[in-house]
This record gives sequence, structure tokens and C-alpha cells, in this order.
Amino acid sequence: MRTVVIVDDHAMFRAGVRSELAGAVDVVAEASDVPTAVAAVLTHRPEVVLLDVHLPGGGGVQVMRDVAHRSPGTRFLALSVSDAAEDVIGTIRGGARGYVTKTITGPELVDAIERVADGDAVFSPRLAGFVLDAFAGSIEVAHVDEDLDRLTEREREVMRLIARGYAYKEVAAELFISVKTVETHVSSVLRKLQLSSRHELTRWAADRRLL
Amino acid sequence: MSSISPPRKAFRVPQESYLGGVCSGLALHLGIGATWVRVFFLLTGLFGFGVVFYLGLWITLPMAPAPVESPGLEAASRQGRRPGRPTALRDAGPHIAFVVVLLGVVGLVDGNGGPALLWPALFAVGGIAVLWRQADQAQRERWLDTTTRLDVRRLVVGSGGWAAYARLAAGLGLLVTALLLFAVQTGQLRVAQDIVVAATLGVAGLAVILGPWLVRLVADLGEERAARVRTQERADVAAHLHDSVLQTLALIQKNAADPGRVATLARAQERDLRSWMYGDARPDDVTVTSALQAAAAEVEDAHGVPVEVVVVGDSGGRVAVTEPVRAVLQAAREAMVNAARHAGAPVVDVYAEVVPAGERSGTLDVFVRDRGSGFDPDAVPADRLGVRHSILDRVTRHGGRAEVRSRPGHGTEVRLHVGDLELASRTDHPTTDQQQPTGGSRP
Repeated sequence: MRTVVIVDDHAMFRAGVRSELAGAVDVVAEASDVPTAVAAVLTHRPEVVLLDVHLPGGGGVQVMRDVAHRSPGTRFLALSVSDAAEDVIGTIRGGARGYVTKTITGPELVDAIERVADGDAVFSPRLAGFVLDAFAGSIEVAHVDEDLDRLTEREREVMRLIARGYAYKEVAAELFISVKTVETHVSSVLRKLQLSSRHELTRWAADRRLL
Repeated sequence: MSSISPPRKAFRVPQESYLGGVCSGLALHLGIGATWVRVFFLLTGLFGFGVVFYLGLWITLPMAPAPVESPGLEAASRQGRRPGRPTALRDAGPHIAFVVVLLGVVGLVDGNGGPALLWPALFAVGGIAVLWRQADQAQRERWLDTTTRLDVRRLVVGSGGWAAYARLAAGLGLLVTALLLFAVQTGQLRVAQDIVVAATLGVAGLAVILGPWLVRLVADLGEERAARVRTQERADVAAHLHDSVLQTLALIQKNAADPGRVATLARAQERDLRSWMYGDARPDDVTVTSALQAAAAEVEDAHGVPVEVVVVGDSGGRVAVTEPVRAVLQAAREAMVNAARHAGAPVVDVYAEVVPAGERSGTLDVFVRDRGSGFDPDAVPADRLGVRHSILDRVTRHGGRAEVRSRPGHGTEVRLHVGDLELASRTDHPTTDQQQPTGGSRP
């Protein structure tokens, strides 16, 4: 069974998640703020940390900053009630392998944990939409930037299908590729999102400010 | 036109600045590239006029206000639940550019045997510029500051950091250097000393005399502001909680025996609260996004099936809601209703993508997908006109494309497409079309 640490400042929500995950994963610890979360992760070295985005002590991103290099095997799955673009993109760029909102069902959450533990990325439809939006300007011909700042046409296709509510298996069938290939594309999108120069994303944010 | 847009104000945009953000602000205001404005100021600056103009604008133009965040994000930031803003200096580029230009000008003029007072004057101007730059930084940080108290130290150095102190030291240092150079070059070190002493004494004397009043004034202002902000915020939040959460909880208590109704109520309330807390605060305009969200909300309330809407490329309502777009939106709504009513799916996914192709036209694609029972489209009897009429025909009539893909057991997806869209005119960046008289142009 996967070892999991739940980090959330609401005890009731932790209890709810714990009971939904019961039997499917092994919840080794819970934490309610950044220092306790860091301590719990370093003590238990879980495979996956379910990480609330809004957390006393500097937010979930702070936990990832403090822990990332000290527990390299641990992967983070953001779980938040906020679906504001700033939070979602910020958390992914902070190192999370996926982002799901708290309305996710129990089985879906277990599935997401499994996938993150296997080193894969988890994009909810909403997150895929944000990613497409964030990289939307990158197909301009005049704007020649390094490769990292773009999504390939195939990756955009995959993101689009995920945003439309397709599961990996269905994406694979739709595009006549293997599920493994879909996973590769998704991971590479995540990598670009986390590593790409801040230029495109900054411009995207600026565009949204202009609303 | 019934709507009157407020007069446009020019701001400085220090976030994108090399010096004071005057050029980038002007560029935004005039709708031209910032580079051109900068070139203009550089060229005119050679004759002195541009420098004066620039400084005048720097002093008079207000700073662009900090962006307003949604209440949820603001609260989370205030309580330290979100990562703080990066405190490091953004990058040293602007300062390096500034120093290089300064040195370049000095070298140029000095090499040509300029007047003796040039160096001191340049240093003095540089010092003042750096000090003004720091004042901008402090003001900006005060805007982003989440505590509401005024604080003299914060007024000067903002949230501190070595960059703020470095700027202060550099600015003062440049001014003192200017003075010393002046003294050395004019050979009147004594005079310079006297000036420094006199100025220091004057400032200190003023501070001693006016200090108590100033401190009290600042404290009073801070407290008054804090109290006002607190009261207003509490009133707003209370009003919203009363209108939404309390009413819903009361309803849920009354309907406790009906799980379906409770789930619907809770879901509707969650949606409402979420958009209030984290959404973009522009619910009144009709855009592709708002129309789809409204339709999804209605379907959720009527049928109790969650509808997830994801819209890409429509930030700020980039596409005008014309007749073809409306047809697609109505068809999408119909597809949501069908999915919620017949498919028996736990959730309906709606994805819309706006692609502005070039400057004048674009495309809109909407996908409505469920993972419900599905059906065989070919087996639908010809007299059952629901899908054909309200979805397929409606969209094709307006020059779009519509397709229903479904298989028993694999759910249904409705794909809608329309092209040649007009871009919505943005009020903050008027195009040439807008400046022409609009009377009588409405159909």
C-alpha cells in the first residue's frame, strides 16, 4: 500500500479524507501547518503527500520548498478548495505532481495518489485548461523562444482532451497512441510548466490582470 | 451607447520599469510600444527637454494601483497561508542599465571637456532618481501590504531587504558625492562643510519641532484607516454570508430527510461561494465564460448533476457574443440538459476553447461530455427531434458545425464549432473602430 501523509489545517477535512482513503492507502501521518508537515514528511518519508494549498506558515509551496531536497522520493499532490489560477499554477510550479480540488471523489483521489506515486502527473480538467491558457501565447510565430516555453501540438492535443474530461485510456484511444505515450506527454507538459522560463507565464498572468 | 466608460487615467507602471515606470505607463495609455516611448525620451533627453518632461511626469503621475485579488486569496495571504511575495530584488538589470547610461553620458560629455559642474550635477540627479525609485518601491509595497497600519519606517524602506537599504544608501551617497565633488572642483571645501552642517541642523531642528505632530498624524491616519477597512470588510463578509451560506444552511435543515435535495443545495452553495472567493470579479458582462457558467449552474440546480466548466482563451471576454456564438452557447446548454437528464452520469464536463486567429476573427469550440449510458445516434427515430433540432440544426443554421458522438456504455460527447468570430472590443484598449462615432451603427 502507498504511504501517504495528509496535510491540511482543518481537522474535519483530514478525518474525512482519511476515512475515504481507508483500506486503499496507508495514511502514516497528518499535519496541520508547514512546520508539522515538514517534520511529518521527514520522519515518515511517505511516497505521496496530500498537500493543502492554503496552509498556515506560508502555504503548501513552503512545505515543498523545505522538504524537496531532503526527501527526494516524496511526491506531492495538491488538494485544495481554491481553484484560483494563481494558486493552481503556483503550486504546480512549486513542484507538485498534480492538482485536484477537494470535491474529488474517494476512488478518483486514490487513483490520483497511485498515479503520482508511480511518478506520473495528474491533471484535472481545470488544471489542463489553465495549462492551455498559460501556454496559449506560445504558438505565435513572431515569438521565438527556447523550446521549453512551448507545448508541442501533440501535448496540446492531450491537454485539450484531458480538459474535455477524457481519462488517459480514452485519450490514448482517441489519438491512436498507447497509454504509456499519453503519460509521457503529460509528464513532459508538467516538466515544461515547472521549468519553463517565466516569460510566457508572466505574460499570461499580466493578461489576466488586464481583465 | 448607453454605457459611459470612465475617463481613462494615465498611470506609472513601476512593475515594468527601468526608472520610474513613466514610459511603460505612457505606452499603455497611448496604446503604443514602450520601446518607442523610451526612444522618444532618450532622443529628447539629449536636449534636456526629455529629462525635465520625464521627471515632471514621474512626480505627477500616480502609480498604477495594485491588482485586486479575490477575497479568498486575500484572506489566505493575510493569514500567511500562501507563499509571500518574493522579497529579492526582481533583477538588477534596470539599475545596471541606469548606471551604464549615466557613465556613458558622463564619459561623452567629459571627454569633450564639459563644464566643471557637470559631474556634481549628474551625481545629484542620479542620487535623487535612486531615492525616488526607493519611494516608489516603498509605496508599492505598502499597497501590497496586508496590515493596515501606517508605519514611518515602512514608508521609507518598505518591507526592508537589502535592496531598499542599498537604494537609500546609493541615493544618499550619490548626493553627498555630488556635494563633495562640487566642493573639490570649486576649491571651497569649507563652504561645502558649512552647507552640510547647516542643512543637517535645519532638518534636525524641523524634525524636533514638527516631529510629535507628524508621528501623531501618521498614527491617527493609520488607526482610522485600519478601523474603516475592518468595518467595511466585516460588513461585506457578513452580508454575503447572510445572503448565501446562512440561507442555504437553513434550507438544508428543512430538507434534511431528502439527501438529493441537500446535495443539490450544498453543491449550489459551494459553487456560489467558490466563485465569490476565488473567481474573477466580473460576473455582470456576458462573455462565453459567464454564459457557459450560468448555463451549467442552472442545469446543476435543475437536475442535481455537477457540471464542470473549463474555458480556455477567453480571459476578459475576448470574443464578442454575436448571433452564431449565442447559437453555440444555447446548443451547449441543451447538450448539458440532455446529459444531466438522460445520461445518468455522475458529472458532466464542459470544455470551451476560444482561438483568436489573427487580429480580426477567431473560432469557438465547445465540447459537452458525459460518461453516462450513451446511445446509438443512428438508432434514434427520425421523429425524435430533440437533439437534431435544438443542437445540430441550430448551430449549422448559423454557419457552425455540430456533431454528436455517442456509443452505448461509453457516454456521449457533443462537439460544437463556429468560426469567423469577431473579437470583443476591449474598453481599456480602444481600437480605431471605437473612436469613430457609433451612433446609428446598431442593427
